[in-house]
Amino acid sequence: MNKIWEFIDKKPNSISVLSSIAAVIFGLIFGFILMLIVSPGTAASGFATILFGPFSDLRNIGFLLHYAAPIILTGLSVAFAFKTGLFNIGASGQLTVGAFFGLYVGVNWDFLGPVHWIVALLAAAVGGAIWGGITGLLKAYRNVNEVVSSIMLNYVSLYLVNLLILNFIYAGRSEAMRPVASARIPSGFMDTIFAGSPANIGIFIALLIAAILHIVLNYTTFGFELKSVGESRTAAKYAGIKEKRSIVFSFLIAGAIAGIAGGLMYLVGDRSFRINEQIIEQGFTGIAIALLGLSSPIGVILAGLFYGSIMRGGDAAQRFVREEIVEIIIAVIIYFSALSLFAKQFIGNIVKQKMKEKPKEPSKEGESR
Amino acid sequence: MSALISDLSFILSYAVPVMIALMLVSLGGLFSESSGVINIALDGIMIMGGFIGALLVLYVGDALDMPTQLRVVMALVGGAVAGMLFSAAHAFASIHMNANQIISATALNLFAPALAVFTARTIGGTDRINISDTYRLNIPLLDDIPVLGPLLFERAYLSTFVGIAVLVIVTFIFYKTRLGLRLRSTGETPQASESLGIDVYNMRYFGVMASGFLGGLGGAAYLISFDNRFNGDFLGLGFLGLAIMISGQWKPIRIFIFAFLFALMRVIANLHDSIDILGNVGLSSEFYRLLPYAFTLIILAFFSKESQAPASLGEPYDQEKR
Repeated sequence: MNKIWEFIDKKPNSISVLSSIAAVIFGLIFGFILMLIVSPGTAASGFATILFGPFSDLRNIGFLLHYAAPIILTGLSVAFAFKTGLFNIGASGQLTVGAFFGLYVGVNWDFLGPVHWIVALLAAAVGGAIWGGITGLLKAYRNVNEVVSSIMLNYVSLYLVNLLILNFIYAGRSEAMRPVASARIPSGFMDTIFAGSPANIGIFIALLIAAILHIVLNYTTFGFELKSVGESRTAAKYAGIKEKRSIVFSFLIAGAIAGIAGGLMYLVGDRSFRINEQIIEQGFTGIAIALLGLSSPIGVILAGLFYGSIMRGGDAAQRFVREEIVEIIIAVIIYFSALSLFAKQFIGNIVKQKMKEKPKEPSKEGESR
Repeated sequence: MSALISDLSFILSYAVPVMIALMLVSLGGLFSESSGVINIALDGIMIMGGFIGALLVLYVGDALDMPTQLRVVMALVGGAVAGMLFSAAHAFASIHMNANQIISATALNLFAPALAVFTARTIGGTDRINISDTYRLNIPLLDDIPVLGPLLFERAYLSTFVGIAVLVIVTFIFYKTRLGLRLRSTGETPQASESLGIDVYNMRYFGVMASGFLGGLGGAAYLISFDNRFNGDFLGLGFLGLAIMISGQWKPIRIFIFAFLFALMRVIANLHDSIDILGNVGLSSEFYRLLPYAFTLIILAFFSKESQAPASLGEPYDQEKR
């Protein structure tokens, strides 16, 4: 046991990873207890289905990947903004506007032929970027707190896109039109591997974007500038970085990523855009995924896949438990993932205590920690 | 003309209670931010206040067969206390754990609606808690005063009077007491305040918990007067409250004025169907519904530039820093 504490003490990052895992475990335990209280008889089988059901066959895994793709993207959107010192609570709004842009192109521009879906997806990115850019401009030039403005923009987008969808995508019909076949995200070889599931190449698009973000943030001057502004706006300005422009760029990029998530969700054949009464939840889920994934692209991918599996598990467990209970468990896990902060502090304190109890060898005293 | 007057009095009869709720939440934000802690959690705190208020009104009120106005009192007090306790989690994280204040607040914002919907589903089977909508009361004698009488004292809500009292008390505490001065100095220059013998940690706990109390009170007030079909979602009202605080430049009286403006927008958004003069304009209901949020953005763009925010806002307190 002492070895573990020593390991954690040497590698502070491992505390963060542990606390994220702890958040998931706490969330699952909490969910299981709730299920036991509400329906003791079916709790165990229902819980097992939620955890392991998604991995029972390839079809379920296909669903898992399909669910995970847009959530990984909204998670990346929040995480990217966070790395540059900004809070993107507005991923929902950017996703919604992106979905409209993508759908508009997907439904109307069928002259594009084989590149139709790429243009539609790019249009979704542009829509999300415009919406994110508003937050960035307000933050950079009018000093408007980005959390408050992006919440407002979430609601504006909800009603505005409802209005636009009714006028342009319904076009007198009784429900929103679905994008024409050429605008749908291609399934590639996914429909042969994961037969019977709606899986398409969306998950690879999400992985590709994660890789690009990783490179931009860690290996380019541009990424370094964005991060410097996040560390200290005044210091970055002093170093000659155009800090206002950087803030706008951060939000343009974060918005574009969330917009692509909207494209992935609605440029498909099996789901049409519904007139929403509530903000699209995948955007808020992105916050939890970014927190759980410690804002790193790899962490976000893992957290997104986990979340996709819980969602799919929820579908499968409906035989055992009432549908709403599954949604509640998901909400509880979101809560605990947001709380991983507390867990981090808690584990950190334990480690400190353990290391105090066991005095260090003299040779280690001199080492910088 | 008479249609216009009846429209106006209809709008005002809803705008006044909504204004009170928004003002309470804003004043809550004022307390927290004056002490130097950002409280984006006010939305969740408000939902928690409304949720506990709804449970008390419905289940405890029915069980004890309480008279109507006593239920209102119970909901307001219960909502405020629940908000205060709930905000303690944010206070602990941001004051003692040096946590990022926006992350811990986001956690509370996610938790409150989840808990509310979960409880509603477990108890009632649906995700709504429907309470009665008959909490208005007439104040005898006072309702005969011309203009003000019908506006404030006829078919009024108890929460309106509580809210006005809170505004007076908060303004007094803020500008006329030692506590108010200490609170404000904590948010501006915590190190200097400490050197003068002020306990910065205590002051910040006071600021955040007071904001939780007022936020919870505001949530319960909104529930009683405007949202009797509680579903764990006040449509971002807590954030509107923060926007009002920023627009009002952290000053109680200005907050009161902006709360009224925002309340008008909110009422028009929710009740445009019942306002006759708007019926002829023929705009889509989606348009009215986005109006309060778009309006907020524009107002914020105007008033955020020359920000009067407390100087140490959002920074964890570090005694050794200078």
